[in-house]
Amino acid sequence: MLELRNISKRFGAVLANDGVSFKVEPGTIHAIVGENGAGKSTAMRIAYGFYTADSGDIVIDGQVRAIRTPHDAIALGIGMVHQHFMLVEPMTVAENIVLGAEPGSAASLDLRKAAEEIRKVSNEFKLSVDPNATIESLSVGQQQRVELLKALYRRAQLLILDEPTAVLTPQEVEEFFAILRGMRDQGKTIVIITHKLSEVLAISDNVTVMRDGRVVGDVKTSATNAAELARMMVGREVLLRVEKPDAKPGGALISLRDFSIAGRDGTKRVDRVSFEVRAGEIVGIAGVEGNGQTELIEALAGLIPGSYVSGSISFEGRDITRLDARARKELGIAHVPEDRHRRGLLLDFSLAENTILGVHYRKPAVTGPGSVFLDQKGIQRRTEQVIRDFDVRPPDPQLPARALSGGNQQKLIIGREFELPPKFLLVSQPTRGVDIGAIEFIHRKIVEMRDAGCGVLLVSAELEEVTALSDRLLVIHNGRVVGEVDPKVTTNEEIGLMMTGGRASTSA
Amino acid sequence: MKLYREILFPLVAVLAAFVIGGIVVLLIGDSPIQTYRLLIGSAFSWPDGIGYTLFYATPLIFTGLAVAVAFRCGLLNIGAEGQLYIGAFAAAWFGIKFAGASAWILLPVCCLAAILAGAIWGGIPGLLKARFGSHEVINTIMLNFVAIALVSYFTQYHYKTPGDPILETVPIGPGAHIARLGKFIPGLPERIPLNFAFILAILACVFVYVLLWKTKWGYEIRATGANPSAAEYGGISIRKQIILAMSISGGLAGMVGINEVLGYRYRYYDGFSANYGFVGIAVALLGRNHPVGVFLAAILFAILLRGGIFVDAYTIHVSKDIVDMLQGIVIILVALRPDAIFGSLKKLSRAKA
Repeated sequence: MLELRNISKRFGAVLANDGVSFKVEPGTIHAIVGENGAGKSTAMRIAYGFYTADSGDIVIDGQVRAIRTPHDAIALGIGMVHQHFMLVEPMTVAENIVLGAEPGSAASLDLRKAAEEIRKVSNEFKLSVDPNATIESLSVGQQQRVELLKALYRRAQLLILDEPTAVLTPQEVEEFFAILRGMRDQGKTIVIITHKLSEVLAISDNVTVMRDGRVVGDVKTSATNAAELARMMVGREVLLRVEKPDAKPGGALISLRDFSIAGRDGTKRVDRVSFEVRAGEIVGIAGVEGNGQTELIEALAGLIPGSYVSGSISFEGRDITRLDARARKELGIAHVPEDRHRRGLLLDFSLAENTILGVHYRKPAVTGPGSVFLDQKGIQRRTEQVIRDFDVRPPDPQLPARALSGGNQQKLIIGREFELPPKFLLVSQPTRGVDIGAIEFIHRKIVEMRDAGCGVLLVSAELEEVTALSDRLLVIHNGRVVGEVDPKVTTNEEIGLMMTGGRASTSA
Repeated sequence: MKLYREILFPLVAVLAAFVIGGIVVLLIGDSPIQTYRLLIGSAFSWPDGIGYTLFYATPLIFTGLAVAVAFRCGLLNIGAEGQLYIGAFAAAWFGIKFAGASAWILLPVCCLAAILAGAIWGGIPGLLKARFGSHEVINTIMLNFVAIALVSYFTQYHYKTPGDPILETVPIGPGAHIARLGKFIPGLPERIPLNFAFILAILACVFVYVLLWKTKWGYEIRATGANPSAAEYGGISIRKQIILAMSISGGLAGMVGINEVLGYRYRYYDGFSANYGFVGIAVALLGRNHPVGVFLAAILFAILLRGGIFVDAYTIHVSKDIVDMLQGIVIILVALRPDAIFGSLKKLSRAKA
């Protein structure tokens, strides 16, 4: 169906694809795995015409084809669903699906005909969505179906899916995989880009493993296992589990009482939440994204204006509900934000300038107490220390943060926050978009902080991550903590059910 | 690599603008070489060429710095024009009111008045943005009209010499005069209005550099401009930074009044600004919002401003409007994204190969 032959692509100094060749057999589900920056998305974007290769050929059904734009790709029966959906929120499902391929003449849009056709396609592939619903009224899982329908409506034979499960709950993932299998059985070919090994093993027929822009493995899924795939991705043995001794929690460090957060539209984002985190323990929060985790962490860091919150937060016995972000940081509350590009980094600033963000007004960033002048030597020393302790590469303090890979950017942020030094850590999505090697490192550092007596509140969309790291696990749904489970004995099914509001456990 | 690009890119833009301008001159029917010799060559004669060019550059350095500081905080200050009028009038007001005071008191007071008045006028849109979220571009533009009308009114009805046909105030006291550089530099006659404000402009460049890159305050301003969400995360109050940056910006624009009122005309002259506030935007843009770049860009624009007079006088067809045209082309070229240009150049060379 699709074959890449010797594809190379260079971005500036980076060789993103270096002689990439592999073949996708028709009627199969083909997984492409690799760490961030391994070149898997680049390769598929070349196949979809987003980028043009510097050299090499794309072969479709035995013929070399020039794919210069996504239009060319669509004409050849290739569809792509991106990690971030490309949908117009206020418009209906039908309008979104026909966008760019509208039926009828230029003057009159025949939406009724479109809706009919959409219904036909969605029945064929069991993708039930109401064509007249607006996108904003749909759940994330349903929006993804719309993206699939968009490609199928354009008669795609080959579907490329970029990290499709990142936004789904465990149950939604199961449903989604069932849909994919159904599509395969009806003759479609599916390429799925992912970094989750469990999903590769669950869904794919063949796997291509990429590392540093090259194909390092091409195997049948039935003939491999997670450990082997991980070794190929990273190039060395990897510890897939988090090893940690039991927690020895101390006294209560931070406690929330009836804590609520209102959104700008007046709706409750977090609804009368009460819990505490003790020194020396990791408390995890599991939940589908968008259920109040973001707001909760931001509010604890002091980033949500006081007029939006109610209830109280006390830290070491002191009420900090009204303190701003700077004052909280001074008390020892560090924060690894969920979105490192939006919150965590000044991308155009150097590593050194990023290392002092939040402490830029005190030692070692300034020459003395009350001084306004930056202490370049002090900043340099602090930066070198963070770079060394957290293995940030390349280790050049003057490089702009933008030049670093996602994993190294994250290590820089974690290093900055962990060396404050903090008493309490707010950690949100610590390993999102981070490669396996760095994940292992970050997990170890979080456990080290816990063992040193730091309290940790951890939010992650990766269920495996929160269950593996947490000593206690709270499940959040619709802004409410719906229960607490013991991460050692719980199952994905139990948490998944609570995450969707199915049942409130009372084991707490 | 980065530094080299920062310098190369504006340079290429300027050269390209001259090439395009040369073609236009040719089409009009004059010699580009002669025109450019008049336009640029006139600036390098001693003492008049250099003296006047630096004098013209002085207000552009102030306004260029003003726009650059705001820009580093992520704000577009289109209001330098209004701020400089307010600053100039404030300097004149103190110079008139306390005309008899000694220079030791009056001079610093007048300078401070220019800076503070500009700072307040710039701070207003900053405050409005920080408090109510109203856009600074709209408010600075509107405040330009208010400022210009306001000082015009006070000049006309309260501070004009009775019977004077020109719309200007009575003179300021001699204590408020700042010395012309001709007094100290041999060979530079005192009739050339280049004055101590030029030295102040150089000091302002140093001040802006140190403030932005060597102090925690500058770090906060730049962080806010680079990524407000991250700045907020770092415990920086974005509202405070917006007000601060707009006030500093306005103060720098107000310093134009020092050059104009205290160093040149010794009175407030209505409508004196040759669009310094707006040209300042181009100066900052070409100077990559860096004090050194602003200084060099201001000199270039001053050369053009003065050279235009000679082009007008000595060529047959071309008028000094060529200066506006060149400025326009430079701005358009500088406003292009470097990557886009370098990218298409690369494509072009590959297509040829």
